[in-house]
Amino acid sequence: MTPSAFEFSFNRTAAMVRRYWYLLISSWPRLLDLVYWPAVQMLMWGFLQTYVSQNSGYFANAAGVFIGAVLLWDILFRGQLGFSISFLEEMWARNLGNLMMSPLRPAEFISALMIMSIVRLSIGMIPVTFLAIAFFGFNLWSMGLALAAFFVNLILTSWAIGIFVAGLLLRNGLGAESMAWTIMFLFLPLTCVYYPVAVLPGWLQYVAWSLPPTYVFEGMRALLIDHVFRADLMLEALAFNVVLFALAVFAFLRLLTSARTQGTLLQGAD
Amino acid sequence: MDLESPAAIAVDKLVKRYKAATAVDGISFQLPPGSITGLLGGNGAGKTTTIAMIMGLVSPTEGSVSVLGAQMPKQRYRVLHRMNFESPYVDMPMRLTVRQNLSVFAQLYGVADIAGRIAQLAADLDLADFLDRPAGKLSAGQKTRVSLAKSLLNKPDVLLLDEPTASLDPDTADWVRTHLERYRAETGATILLASHNMNEVERMCERVIIMKKGRVEDDDTPARLLTRYSRETLEDVFLDVARGRDREVMA
Repeated sequence: MTPSAFEFSFNRTAAMVRRYWYLLISSWPRLLDLVYWPAVQMLMWGFLQTYVSQNSGYFANAAGVFIGAVLLWDILFRGQLGFSISFLEEMWARNLGNLMMSPLRPAEFISALMIMSIVRLSIGMIPVTFLAIAFFGFNLWSMGLALAAFFVNLILTSWAIGIFVAGLLLRNGLGAESMAWTIMFLFLPLTCVYYPVAVLPGWLQYVAWSLPPTYVFEGMRALLIDHVFRADLMLEALAFNVVLFALAVFAFLRLLTSARTQGTLLQGAD
Repeated sequence: MDLESPAAIAVDKLVKRYKAATAVDGISFQLPPGSITGLLGGNGAGKTTTIAMIMGLVSPTEGSVSVLGAQMPKQRYRVLHRMNFESPYVDMPMRLTVRQNLSVFAQLYGVADIAGRIAQLAADLDLADFLDRPAGKLSAGQKTRVSLAKSLLNKPDVLLLDEPTASLDPDTADWVRTHLERYRAETGATILLASHNMNEVERMCERVIIMKKGRVEDDDTPARLLTRYSRETLEDVFLDVARGRDREVMA
């Protein structure tokens, strides 16, 4: 059978995952860095929550809403960063030419980056969730199936954004690197991580409801404050995620084609 | 060299424009299977862009490139597993050891016996002493040898080399050339070699394509080029072309 662009090889995907794994374990400061900032964030918001709940009846009844928000936000943010940093490693190492000239397909490359985003997220977040139990008695794992629904939706959004950023990096080179670090912060105010959507001006609420993570954070508040799991919100988030993911893949392929036209895949081409 | 078979690499009226600049300007050539061809030209002559289009990394503005019968870049996945390249414009990931780097690429190329192939290349290219050293801690010469090993992992039918002996001392460079010649003789691979080293091209290549400002200025065997330009070395021929001396006057 003639190899085609649509072929998918688990072997080649595994090769890329192995490459990123070697990279990750070759540097203990990088491993530590995965845990450091999520832990600092969680502690800061946890203490703030403790302080606020001592002075407000509403927050006293909404135990863990800030810690829950910061942990779920970190799934979204670290998921995208884990994807984008693995991709950036190829650019920093000037290895893209080697990969693009190899039989590796874009779908295999993206799959490896998605797997690594989960690996990096697990290394960073799992210890922090146990810290949250130890310091504040907040058990993210007790959300059970709801947590699984939150996670699936947040990681899908993070991958979609990661795929789009990878396309921008292919097309524009390291000049677009800052996008990888900052793009997700645009989602921080719009997806209402720490406050309800109702707080936003009316017109901005339409924007917020077009972003899948908004449904997750509203769902989290419904669970923690009203003790209700809103499956409807999760299904709506999933529908928006399917559209967002498809748009991201489409944009990535267009940007890759444009990178071939502009000659940015081979840095230093004369 | 197999002159009867279809070309291993066929470049036809190839043009690459970047906005106002024309990097490659309507070049054509065909490389028969098993041939070894040198691509010469000064900086900005269009060599790297030409090689990038042959590899499918850059899309032509006009014209076509086919490698082993596949149109590049559209049909690249039909042939990428049968090609490889070495270039100073790409690196190996620095923090991975040489062995890790090579084994990852071997898996990407679907090499059957990865450990055996790495051991063989380590012996052939004298990599054994630093196989387990991070790629970032190698000397420039060692990096070039590792890059060359990567380019030979899948025993390619088409091998594209961009300055393969840059940064190597004369002894190692000579040794690498011998290895490439042996590889070509044993496998019948087609090799296209871009180089600034005229001695290297004169020694290894049976054909030389000289580029200037994106065009093919001359294309012949080293011996015929020397005769035509009445020069004793390819370096003098290159200088004649680079400096625009009229070759009929020279003759």
